[in-house]
Amino acid sequence: MQRWLPALLRRAAGAGGGSPARRSLASCSSLLFDDTQEQFKESVHRFAQEHIAPHAAAIDASNYFPKEVNLWKLMGDFNLHGLTSPEEYGGLGLGYMYHCIAMEEISRASGSVGLSYGAHSNLCINQLVRNGSPAQKEKYLPKLISGEHVGALAMSEPNSGSDVVSMKCKAEKVDGGYVINGNKMWCTNGPSAQTLVVYAKTDITAGSKGITAFIIEKGMPGFSTAQKLDKLGMRGSDTCELVFENCFVPHENVLGEEGKGVYVMMSGLDLERLVLAAGPIGLMQACLDVVLPYVRQREQFGRPIGEFQFVQGKMADMYTSLQSSR
Amino acid sequence: MKILVAVKRVVDYAVKVRVKPDRTAVDTASAKMSMNPFCEIAVEEALRLREAGAAAEVVAATVGPAASADTLRTALAMGADRAVHVLHDPDPARPLLPLAVAKILRALAIQENPGLFILGKQAIDDDCNQTGQMLAGLLNWPQGTFASKVIVDKEKQTATVEREVDGGIETICLDLPAVITTDLRLNQPRYATLPNIMKAKSKVIKKVTPAELNVDIRSDMEVVQVDEPPKRKAGVILSSVDELLDKLKNEARVL
Repeated sequence: MQRWLPALLRRAAGAGGGSPARRSLASCSSLLFDDTQEQFKESVHRFAQEHIAPHAAAIDASNYFPKEVNLWKLMGDFNLHGLTSPEEYGGLGLGYMYHCIAMEEISRASGSVGLSYGAHSNLCINQLVRNGSPAQKEKYLPKLISGEHVGALAMSEPNSGSDVVSMKCKAEKVDGGYVINGNKMWCTNGPSAQTLVVYAKTDITAGSKGITAFIIEKGMPGFSTAQKLDKLGMRGSDTCELVFENCFVPHENVLGEEGKGVYVMMSGLDLERLVLAAGPIGLMQACLDVVLPYVRQREQFGRPIGEFQFVQGKMADMYTSLQSSR
Repeated sequence: MKILVAVKRVVDYAVKVRVKPDRTAVDTASAKMSMNPFCEIAVEEALRLREAGAAAEVVAATVGPAASADTLRTALAMGADRAVHVLHDPDPARPLLPLAVAKILRALAIQENPGLFILGKQAIDDDCNQTGQMLAGLLNWPQGTFASKVIVDKEKQTATVEREVDGGIETICLDLPAVITTDLRLNQPRYATLPNIMKAKSKVIKKVTPAELNVDIRSDMEVVQVDEPPKRKAGVILSSVDELLDKLKNEARVL
């Protein structure tokens, strides 16, 4: 894998001062990004529009992540999964701004793919990067970053959503590791993931201090996935229930430390919220991409509807919402 | 062997342009600008030749204002080794004509001594399709235009070019150095991946002016007026051959 990213490049990426080139109104973001980030955004935009956008309608209608084209591998080839991962595992060692840019442009092409991408690259990969031991990173990261494996994360349960610390999924200590029993709900990428970060209670009585994070592999005896959810939105971002029935997990699969899972979870959530927030920004931008040409072209009462004041007001509101959200 | 590639910054192909209200030029003030699609194909072909071992260095060049540096950076991010930026601020009333660009590129070719000079067959803003041909003429080099396939023979120092012409595909063999202009089906340009974008930041862009190259770029042509093409009128469906004959005779007056 490439190994040419010294700190020099990170400094260059951080230094602002792009050329004052004019950008089209629909994507004016030059105040936020430096040259490199602008170029990256443009590049991911083209990639997403050419490779992901054509499948968006079919994904939504069928509720299936596309099978005829391996989007995970394509995105991996484009270095999109390991943006925040260290170079030694195939990542680019960059900051969360780049991750947000990628998240926005992928969501702009397809919201479902964006959500799955976010779960894979941030919820799973980034958590392993931040909390994994060198052995764990070596074992799981390379394939996840290349796109050969898909990652997921599971914390919520049927009865533990906002109050996630009240989770009931149990991890009993046994010889050599733990045995997990319980269910997890709404796990994005659950049906297809090879590697999953799962939170369970090693000590039911200890409340938040009894949670431990585990790395689960597809195929572990006792671990299975149940029905794929038929969702109203983000269709095609495969989501399902996870079932653990006496699933044995060896010691070396504990992510972080026993009982310290809540730190892994809560600190991860901060970054997850940041990166996934770029998803709706991409969706808003996609709306503008469709609306702006349409109001110039659609005519009623003898004029393009974009000439009517109320429509203009709506567009101004849309643009303001998008830009302030950025 | 060195390959020189000329690229042009144009209005993005997806933008719907309009004429300025004063009818002096097309309104590009807020339009998205990108590398001319044929120029992207030219850069891609140069990179493939270098990767196949036929060339050692790919140099990108452009003529344009400061903002054209973006286009060069795209070429560098795709993989070009270095770039030359000939600075020129455009004047819409006296635009830079292909002959002036060809003279500038000729000066660069004499400086750089490439084995191949690859250009896009035409720019999508003016659709001239002249620069490559004029460059070859000025340099007295052979030319292979509208290339849909290029094979370079290092030992024999020749390039076999398949050209898309009106009658079909013509295959010619050129002695190097030569000028090639690219057509749409030559290749599929690569994306600039993030590692390459970052690598490009440390690549060199040399800045020169036409005066430093001893090229006179004064334009003999002045743009007087720019208008949008007349809106296509709707067709008329006729009910009989007699009606057709009547219209051809009395309205269109072609019979």
